[in-house]
Amino acid sequence: MKFRILSYLFFFIGCLDLLVKILYGNIFSDFTEDYYEIANPILVFTPVLFFSIGGVFLKESKVNMSIENFGTSRLKYYSPQFICLAVVVLIFLFFTFNAQINMENRGIDFGFSFLNQEASFDMQFSLMDYDGQDPYWWAYVVALLNTLLVAVLGIIFCTIIGVIIGIARLSPNFLIRNSAAWYVEFFRNIPLLLQIFFWYYAALRALPLPQDATPLFGVTYLTIKGYYMPAFIWNNLNIFIYSLMAALIAIIFVRYYAIKLRDTEGKQLPVFYISIILLIFLPLLAFLFGGVSLIFELPVLKQLSATSFIYDGGIAVPPELIALTLALSLYTATFVAECVRAGIQGISKGQKEAAASLGLTPNQVLKLVIMPQALRIIIPPTTNQYLNLTKNSSLAAAIAYPDLVLVFAGTALMQTGRAIEIVSITMLTYLSISLAIAALMNWYNKMIEIKEK
Amino acid sequence: MFNLIKRFTSFVAMIAVLFAFTTETMAAKKSKTLKNTQKKGFVRCGVSQGLPGFSNADASGNWTGIDVDVCRAVAAAVLGDANKVKFTPLSAKERFTALTSGEIDILSRNTTWTLSRDADIGLTFVGVNFYDGQGFMVRKSSGITSTSQFKDGISACTNIGTTTELNMRDFFNSRGISYEPVAFEKADEVVAAYDAGRCDTYTTDKSGLAAQRTKMSNPDEHIVLPETVSKEPLGPVVRQGDSVWEDIVRWSLNTMIEAEEYGITSANADSMKTSDNPAIKRLVGAEGELGAAFGLDNDWSLRIIKQVGNYGESYKRNIADTGILPDRGPNELWTKGGILYVPPAR
Amino acid sequence: MMNKFTFLNPDRSNISSVLITGIFFITIGILDVLLNTFFKLNIISFLPSKISFITPFILGIIGFNLIRIEYTGIKFIDVINKHINPSNFNAALTLIIIFLIIKAIPPSLSWMILDANISGDTKEACTGTGACWTYIKVWFKRFMYGMYPNEQHWRINTAFLLVIALGTFGLFATEKMKKFLALYYVLIYPILAFMIIYYLISGGYFGLEWIETGAWGGLSLTFIVSFFCLIFCFPLGMILALGRRSSLPAVRYVSIGYIEFWRGVPLITVLFMSSVMFPMFLPEDFFMDKLVRVIIAITLFEGAYCAEVIRGGLQSLPRGQYDAAKSLGMGYWKMHIFVILPQALKLVIPGICNTFLALVKDTPLIFVVGLAEIAGMLALAKTNPKWLGFAMEGYIFAAIIFWIICYAMSKYSYNLEAKYKTER
Repeated sequence: MKFRILSYLFFFIGCLDLLVKILYGNIFSDFTEDYYEIANPILVFTPVLFFSIGGVFLKESKVNMSIENFGTSRLKYYSPQFICLAVVVLIFLFFTFNAQINMENRGIDFGFSFLNQEASFDMQFSLMDYDGQDPYWWAYVVALLNTLLVAVLGIIFCTIIGVIIGIARLSPNFLIRNSAAWYVEFFRNIPLLLQIFFWYYAALRALPLPQDATPLFGVTYLTIKGYYMPAFIWNNLNIFIYSLMAALIAIIFVRYYAIKLRDTEGKQLPVFYISIILLIFLPLLAFLFGGVSLIFELPVLKQLSATSFIYDGGIAVPPELIALTLALSLYTATFVAECVRAGIQGISKGQKEAAASLGLTPNQVLKLVIMPQALRIIIPPTTNQYLNLTKNSSLAAAIAYPDLVLVFAGTALMQTGRAIEIVSITMLTYLSISLAIAALMNWYNKMIEIKEK
Repeated sequence: MFNLIKRFTSFVAMIAVLFAFTTETMAAKKSKTLKNTQKKGFVRCGVSQGLPGFSNADASGNWTGIDVDVCRAVAAAVLGDANKVKFTPLSAKERFTALTSGEIDILSRNTTWTLSRDADIGLTFVGVNFYDGQGFMVRKSSGITSTSQFKDGISACTNIGTTTELNMRDFFNSRGISYEPVAFEKADEVVAAYDAGRCDTYTTDKSGLAAQRTKMSNPDEHIVLPETVSKEPLGPVVRQGDSVWEDIVRWSLNTMIEAEEYGITSANADSMKTSDNPAIKRLVGAEGELGAAFGLDNDWSLRIIKQVGNYGESYKRNIADTGILPDRGPNELWTKGGILYVPPAR
Repeated sequence: MMNKFTFLNPDRSNISSVLITGIFFITIGILDVLLNTFFKLNIISFLPSKISFITPFILGIIGFNLIRIEYTGIKFIDVINKHINPSNFNAALTLIIIFLIIKAIPPSLSWMILDANISGDTKEACTGTGACWTYIKVWFKRFMYGMYPNEQHWRINTAFLLVIALGTFGLFATEKMKKFLALYYVLIYPILAFMIIYYLISGGYFGLEWIETGAWGGLSLTFIVSFFCLIFCFPLGMILALGRRSSLPAVRYVSIGYIEFWRGVPLITVLFMSSVMFPMFLPEDFFMDKLVRVIIAITLFEGAYCAEVIRGGLQSLPRGQYDAAKSLGMGYWKMHIFVILPQALKLVIPGICNTFLALVKDTPLIFVVGLAEIAGMLALAKTNPKWLGFAMEGYIFAAIIFWIICYAMSKYSYNLEAKYKTER
């Protein structure tokens, strides 16, 4: 009992120390002016010391588990931990010590105040308003949004392609199965950087100039300067959104009713067709009577000079974004296809045979019996692949797409020279995204895991 | 009594050791870079990854250019042989960190001298070896002959992390033109993008435009527009904190320029030892003890002029004769209408 | 719906007529696309253009539907029916794939092989409309060896041969030496390989010229980096995996923190950190070569992934092994070295192969920090004024090389996995 109180006391002191250090800086700096270079880093690590001592006391306060600790003494239990912690702390001290000396000698400051400075550079493509007069932290936010845009687009496309290819690999059709297999083998074994280079420098550079481009679907133009699409200009967009939401709610009710009907009376409602009709009908009502109107702003060829043209109006998708999304989706789709295939093959054959003996068609077997069980196996590795896609989107630094690495760890780093701060912020951003997705996946796993008795 | 003597001697010994230690470190701080360079036997010079006229390597690995000549001048002054230089090609991203980390001792990579670079990141600019300005390059067939003809929506290619990126923004904003910046990290990629038609114009220092034009598929198809939109004084950079090394590099460059002012060339440098002009005699080391201020012998400036040549010779063989920029423009001596004016060596 | 037209309904009774009409339709459809692609002929040009586009497709579908008979007795038709023609949807997809193959393969073949040039030495030798493999031939040595001087290429070749020979030592080991195999691979082999590469490729001793690491490049640099990273990250991964499974909380949390950190950041930021931050963290005079910094960064990065793979292997061992070893009185280290690790390492070899594959595919990234391996050499060759405009050939060449290497390795690791699965 005494040990436990002592341990909590040390934890408390450690927390206090940490808070004081974060909020007020090192309050002992007056006393250590002379020993600044040597003592300061050590003083930074006192919270670690307090927490470790608290941890030791906590361990001691619990039941002595010497048998589990390989039947040995306290010494053999605590010394490896002490050595391990000491090594880690010494490494950090060494680095901090050197960094401080180096920065002092060169006259470089360490601090995050540069984030409020004006950025003075423009970005080629941004989802939100960004101008050179905005501070660096806004440039960081906009660049992060660009990264997330590539990640979301890539995830959507790679899922669609991956699921199709994965199911195709299990088809009884010889040609389809082998074409899918060759697709997977081909795109999986070429490095992603080379694929991005190929798409951007070789394929997209071969596109025609704006004045020579032939329209796809009549109104969109695929040129070397980008993909120009008509922009949607909505009038009374909120009414349209309400109609969509109303349609979705109606579909949910219809589904609920259909399930109840099936359970009680055994009748089947064609839910799919009803949903489609609802989705088309309700927004149509909004168009006709709700005052919602949609104008397309078409891209129009504008002459800038005797030989250079661009398309004015509409949405311009930069070729960098196209190349990056294409390369990322095709590459990650191969891994997603393998996950889907492994998931579907992991369902025992007995399920398929039992479903067939009940008279279900192959489509119904896939939809009602196989997929719900297979999803349990498919989703964890697929989420891992999504994470890999997000991390691989940092390769935009090799082509001129303004994502987080190129804008923040590229331009901002070169303009301000604050290498340590900027690279650590970038790494921490990616780390947070990874940890968030991993935590989400753990929660999902716990939710759907088969509760065994 | 014996105890007292023992204590006293150990005390004196400790003081002596401390004193020696501090003076050693203090003296070493006088110019660590110079000492290390002399110990290694070569000057470590950071250059570009291939810019004709400034620093470019040929197929057998020989570097030439006016930036290269600055490093060779320092090597001639400090080590006696202008060829004792090790060149490290650096991208725009690593150039400053390579210098601050100690990988190189001089950064001679057509770097623009700006306030933030001088004051904020631990570097010192030691002079200007090329006065330049930023310009725009367009295709002749586009019919544009002046930057006032730029229209909204123009796309401009440039390098990231350079002053050109920032100046470009200032230029287009001051004229109210909306533009699309396409910024790559490597200069070769910028040139390739402009050449393929991805951008309508390519912007960087005018000397860089002239140099990169030689690497395009059809150099005659492109013109450099006459307007200069910024000041780009390019010069060598060293680390902050080593003032002796700073002075050596600064005065090596100044020697080259001042030699041209007095008409000393690599051919007639030896004969100038018997000149009537005391300024010339000081420059060739026949008079005065200028080298001792840096810890070098007195022939340091003579070696620079003989092995590398004066500024005019360097410019001529690297930039004028290769056809990049035959006209020296502002890079002419102040006595001949340019703005090269260096403090006197005395 | 097709069943309503009974005369179209394939049945065993009208087998010969149905078969003949079906095969006739299919051949017409495929022939039309073939003629269109190769000879630019259009045998149904009497129809308007949009319909003549769809006609071969519709003809093919009708043909396939007609020959879909349950059991004809003719082996060829049965095989086709079972594999390509189980339903209308499948027949449509098959036709689409056949048409895509016919439309896509001949142009690429003609570009790559038939119209291509490979002889000659200068840009003028590339006269055809196809690929210019002359460009690859001229730059081949650069792509393989980087800026390494031509006369010294034998050093790289001998170094690689020696390293591979030493690596296959395990195949020829006698029974007595098998005990020390693990020790050999984890301790002795890395040191030997390092010394070979240091003395042979870097040089400076025994009369060999010293060549700085800035001159190394091309595919050989890719191999050197991947190889070094693999042999150094394997011991690191092992230590981390053991640490993560340990019952000492401090050790476990430090391992978990390390693994989660390095697995959560992209490799490109790690490389930036190594080239831009490392110099700040080292003492003023201590200067590390750029290649060494990059190898250290990649090793730390891949060590986390190796640790996860090895941990999987450790976890799949039955608990009985641990209990039996403990009951014999073995301590922690004795148990692991003699009982656990030999079994676990055998299980994780396919996983390590996969990690190595991922490493080889990630190595082109070091191009971004300035080391000129094959992607860097491609960029250099692409912008050389004498050889402008051949970017496509360069990328296809690099893609083919990587594809061959990675495909071979993935097949090898697949076979290994199958072999070890059956052994257990």
